[in-house]
Amino acid sequence: MSDITLSLAKIVGENYVSSGEEELYFYARDPGLMPAHKPDYVIMPKTAEEVQKIVRLAGKEKIPLVPMGAGMALTGLIIPLKGGIIVDMKRMNKILEVNEKARYVIVEGGTSHGLLKSYLEKNYPRLRHSIPDSPATATIAANVMIHGQGRLTQQYGFNSDMVTGLEVVLPSGEICKIGSCSISPDWFSKGAPLPDLSGLFLGWFGSTGIITKVALKLYPRKRMRDVEIFITDREDLIPDIIYEITHTEMVEDINIFAQPLPMIFKDNHHITIFLTGDTDEELEFKRKMIWDALDGFIKSKDGGFMSVPPVMKPTLLDMPQKSVCRFADVKKGGGFEYSGPIILVEKYPECSRKLMELASKYDLAYSAMARIIGRGHCMMFGFSFTFNRADPDMMERVRKALHEVSEYALSAGGVFWKPTVDEQRMAIERMDPNTRNLMKMIKNNLDPNGIMNPGNWEVN
Amino acid sequence: MKYEEIVHRCFRCGYCKFTGDYSAFNCPSYRKFSFETYSPGGRMWLIHAWLNDEIKNSSRLQEILFSCATCANCVEHCVFTFSEDLVNIFIAAREEMVNKGIIPPEVRDFLKNINISGNPYKEPANERAKWADGTSIQTYDGQDYLFYIGCVGSYDERAKKIARAVGNILIKAGLSIGILGNREQCDGNEVRALGEMGLFQHLAEQNIALFKELGIKKIITLDPHAFNAFKKDYPDLEGKFEIYHYTQILAPLIQSKKIPLKEYKASVTYHDPCYLGRHNEEYDAPRKILEAIPGVDLIEMDQSRENAFCCGGGGGNFFTDILGGGEDSPNRVRVGQALDTGSQIIAVACPQCAKMLDDAIKVEELEDKLEVLDIAEIVTRALG
Repeated sequence: MSDITLSLAKIVGENYVSSGEEELYFYARDPGLMPAHKPDYVIMPKTAEEVQKIVRLAGKEKIPLVPMGAGMALTGLIIPLKGGIIVDMKRMNKILEVNEKARYVIVEGGTSHGLLKSYLEKNYPRLRHSIPDSPATATIAANVMIHGQGRLTQQYGFNSDMVTGLEVVLPSGEICKIGSCSISPDWFSKGAPLPDLSGLFLGWFGSTGIITKVALKLYPRKRMRDVEIFITDREDLIPDIIYEITHTEMVEDINIFAQPLPMIFKDNHHITIFLTGDTDEELEFKRKMIWDALDGFIKSKDGGFMSVPPVMKPTLLDMPQKSVCRFADVKKGGGFEYSGPIILVEKYPECSRKLMELASKYDLAYSAMARIIGRGHCMMFGFSFTFNRADPDMMERVRKALHEVSEYALSAGGVFWKPTVDEQRMAIERMDPNTRNLMKMIKNNLDPNGIMNPGNWEVN
Repeated sequence: MKYEEIVHRCFRCGYCKFTGDYSAFNCPSYRKFSFETYSPGGRMWLIHAWLNDEIKNSSRLQEILFSCATCANCVEHCVFTFSEDLVNIFIAAREEMVNKGIIPPEVRDFLKNINISGNPYKEPANERAKWADGTSIQTYDGQDYLFYIGCVGSYDERAKKIARAVGNILIKAGLSIGILGNREQCDGNEVRALGEMGLFQHLAEQNIALFKELGIKKIITLDPHAFNAFKKDYPDLEGKFEIYHYTQILAPLIQSKKIPLKEYKASVTYHDPCYLGRHNEEYDAPRKILEAIPGVDLIEMDQSRENAFCCGGGGGNFFTDILGGGEDSPNRVRVGQALDTGSQIIAVACPQCAKMLDDAIKVEELEDKLEVLDIAEIVTRALG
């Protein structure tokens, strides 16, 4: 064992540190298309104190550190671009506290969405959190770190907007509490009425610190859920349809999907509307409100509600939707990647046309999947392409298509979501210079040695 | 390698690691080692890398592949169409290593012992039937059923008691059964799981020939591992017999009170053996027996039936112990889950599970709180 390995083993125990070729191979890549880059070590801490010691050691030795949840962003954010230590957080998976009446939960930094969902269903059946459609292994800390979205995003914004407190190990090794928990035993707010310091960490992909605890808002869990699908082949009408649905304030979530297969789906846009209620009456009232809101589109024969087959409902109502992953095997090749810019809903028609154009240009299987954020304040539009890992040519075509998506998204006023390092570079170049300088000041002050997930948000 | 055309199709989404409700990681090797490399997705990506010469066969890669307990939790929860093949893929990769002769020493020794002695314990074949001494169980001579014991039930002291308990109950129930005695040999389930397909085929063909020679039509197995091999693998080698696990025979007899039972007061939790449960979807027969015993209070563990957590003995690990050791070893985790139910007894239906959980109870020093009993042993207590 090298000296560094020995030092790391002293911190977490030798079973939880590796520099074996097998771990270096696996942790060098994520399921997406970014080039692999090997770490030098992989370590799995169990406590915040262990994370502190790892960070201090890395600081002393000037070794890069890359915190990792489940690695499901697909855009290479956990690929150690400059080597160093991958800090796999999944052993820190305790649910520490649920405040039922104040509706928040505190979890450790490696806790998965799946575990929290299961825990709440069993112990607090009237509470829920905004679960994303990434696999259940995705961790809560990583998801808020990338400003993920979930089933409650249409009602309450990005999942990171639902954070009510953080505990972070700073690049200096100190543990820092963010939000009400910094002066109170209660974790009810990540900022207000104090200065909101959570922005020093959320969205930075671990380049300013490692999240060891997250507090998250919980919301009422209704007894019933249902789903309706409104279909139109008029992409230009989607923004108006969304405007009408969101005006009702009756829905849990709104997703839109479009895909070429099966044939009856081709050229249609499926607006998937999720509803909840505690009683049949509540559910029916909401359903009627939505139907009434879209009546004009039905009368003008521009769309209609699809009869959702009973076999399809469980798939749609599943949380997370496991079917999302199955897109990876459309070409029997285990891969898909998407660029999901955050963009105005009014850009939906343009995005949709761009997706078709690129799919045709590069001969790729595609899927459009959009999620409405807030009451139509913006959306995530996923330009998604599947690929076969055993077909380098297809992988290269997807890379090229996604690069064109990035250029298009910026030109259309979009902002990259969980951007690749190339997209980060493009964003930094386009950014207001004073904003860029502010980011630079923050980064240089927090991480003067540049050891935290280097390569990401390289404002310098 | 067999299934080579599939290994690149894993997206490594990780559903395979969980229980169905995401309440826990349910892959035994991932639970113990924690690195992603020890998860089903990790294995898929590493096998792909190994086949493409991106990584070498190392002792760690061997540990990663041979620590799979073949429990089939991944098969149960993988979201892709190739899910059914996951365990087969891992076995095929082991086969590739076996064929190249570069395997962990524990695996090599196990396979050598079977090849030389016909059992993994290096015990003489003429002592195989000693477990039946003192019982009235006869050698097979045209009875209705062959009662097949397997290596563990024949040679392991703890498992021998279970074999005797099952045999005695079958006799008491008036069933016409016979054993192969010293002519019995290894069923080969673990040989196959460890990737030695040539030896497995040899064992299976010998068994099939003997069964046919003796005119055997129906077989009751003590061990779910033998049950699995006879039911799922032997038919491909022209070995088609009616196969029952002993709980499938006892359940209707006990439910219909053909085996009358007295009250036996105990709180019991049942541990599903992977090769009876997930591999062969028999979850009910053992529970029906327990529920039919007056006084038994059956309490389910949070992780049960298709979400049961493996004891860590499957896939040859019972013999190689690659998954053993440490507080995260699967048998110790499973005993903790049983303890959480407040039960006094962990009921099992597999001699390998019995031994694995017994060992864990000793290590955890829980002897005064928990007892591992095979279902047949609980029934024996209720016989009075």
